Amino acid sequence: MSFDTPSDRRYLESHEWALETDDGVRVGITDFAQDELGDVVFVELPAVGDEVTQEVDFGVIESIKAVSDLYAPVSGTVTAINEELFDAPELVNEDPFGEGWMLEIEPDDEAELEALLSAAAYDDQVV
Amino acid sequence: MSLRQPPLHAVHEERGATATEFGGWEMPVEFDSITTEHRAVRESAGKFDVSHMGELEVSGPDARRLMQRLTSNDVTALDVGDSQYAAITDEDGVIIDDTVIYRLPNGREDGGDSDGDLPHPRYLFIPNAGNDEAMADRWRTHREKWGLEATIENLTHERAMFAIQGPEARGLTIEAVDDPAAFRDLSRFEATECTVDGAGCWIARTGYTGEDGVEVIAPWADAESVWEAFDCQPCGLGARDTLRLEAGYLLAGQDFDRGENPRNPYECRIGFAVKLDTEFVGRDTLEAVKEEGVTERLVGFRLVDRGIARHGYEITTRDGEPIGTVTSGTMSPTLEAAIGLGYVPIEYADPGRSIRIDVRGRDKKAKVETTPFIDTV
Repeated sequence: MSFDTPSDRRYLESHEWALETDDGVRVGITDFAQDELGDVVFVELPAVGDEVTQEVDFGVIESIKAVSDLYAPVSGTVTAINEELFDAPELVNEDPFGEGWMLEIEPDDEAELEALLSAAAYDDQVV
Repeated sequence: MSLRQPPLHAVHEERGATATEFGGWEMPVEFDSITTEHRAVRESAGKFDVSHMGELEVSGPDARRLMQRLTSNDVTALDVGDSQYAAITDEDGVIIDDTVIYRLPNGREDGGDSDGDLPHPRYLFIPNAGNDEAMADRWRTHREKWGLEATIENLTHERAMFAIQGPEARGLTIEAVDDPAAFRDLSRFEATECTVDGAGCWIARTGYTGEDGVEVIAPWADAESVWEAFDCQPCGLGARDTLRLEAGYLLAGQDFDRGENPRNPYECRIGFAVKLDTEFVGRDTLEAVKEEGVTERLVGFRLVDRGIARHGYEITTRDGEPIGTVTSGTMSPTLEAAIGLGYVPIEYADPGRSIRIDVRGRDKKAKVETTPFIDTV
């Protein structure tokens, strides 16, 4: 089985991705992670304005068969959450790198992003 | 300890199934997605490899007496081709396992082929995954203790078991069997010998999903041709769990567990499978339990708040006082709601009663609900 790993973003070993955008850093989970979880049925996210810390859990994702913590790829302030996921958590399965995004963070230190795994390094970890 | 594998392990792997450990077996948990598989069973049909279930055959002059004294239901009510659900209880009335007992065609004293006329009833019963050896030992120990004459054969590694379930399962079975006449007249809970692609099988109109369907016990060596004879969605243990939970069926080792969560049949609400006018291990204790009434009972519940209750989560009152434990919980694909089972004191067991589930430190509102959660056959 092969999984998408877009090279335009950075990755955590715990299967979150981080994409630098005009508004900050967008966060979600990888194709590999959504496949491992199976049908996602519930996502619990922080509120806009909350502080998150790199490699500390910021929320929870539940599939029918498993519960998993979500970890922040960078420290900073939450500027947006994907409220679509409350009614349509399956977006995480259908489009993990796009419509299934979870958070946007205004990072405290942009250098944190650079220290994360590249797509190639993440792929090496999951294959 | 290495895991036991079903005969079609490689076939399932080739089909892209992910596997999980269950009861000492490595079984397919998901072929496509739990939701897809679940919906196939509710809307058309799906097939499950349940070869991890045990198969024990009990025959000989005292087979009936041995079965009667080790199971809670009344095996004397079974004609050839009938089945019944029963609990296997200890002296304290605690459930060791739950099982389905089939009465097979009568045995011949010379051990030859069955012909239905000879006197000794034969039984096949299905212990849960990983319990086959313990149940075979239990049967043999009690046979010696009571001086009975019976043969107990553990066929778990000689038989594959498949469940084909859903509104179209019966039609698929008529197509799959070589001799549809024998199958066509079966009522629910009846079973018969049938051949599938030349392989002699035992086919029962039973299941664990709340849908109509069949369970097929086939020779291990013919597993692949029998599996392939049923043309429908392959399903794993993941969907099996969501389906059985919507139907309110118990899962051994989870909704009751002799070690971790010892329960009697009345607490689990399977009193219908306890026949106190028969003699069996645990009967006297259970008679007293029935007279006095239970203090805790398994209930179904549905979450009102967003979240999912899972095995082991605490159930509390609205004020946060702990009153019980969740034994099973999932997101129901049919209802698109979080449902579960758990034990609560009987004063909290009435449908509509408001309870709370502690979901990782957060109180989630839930309401006790009658099971099954869905309409079943």
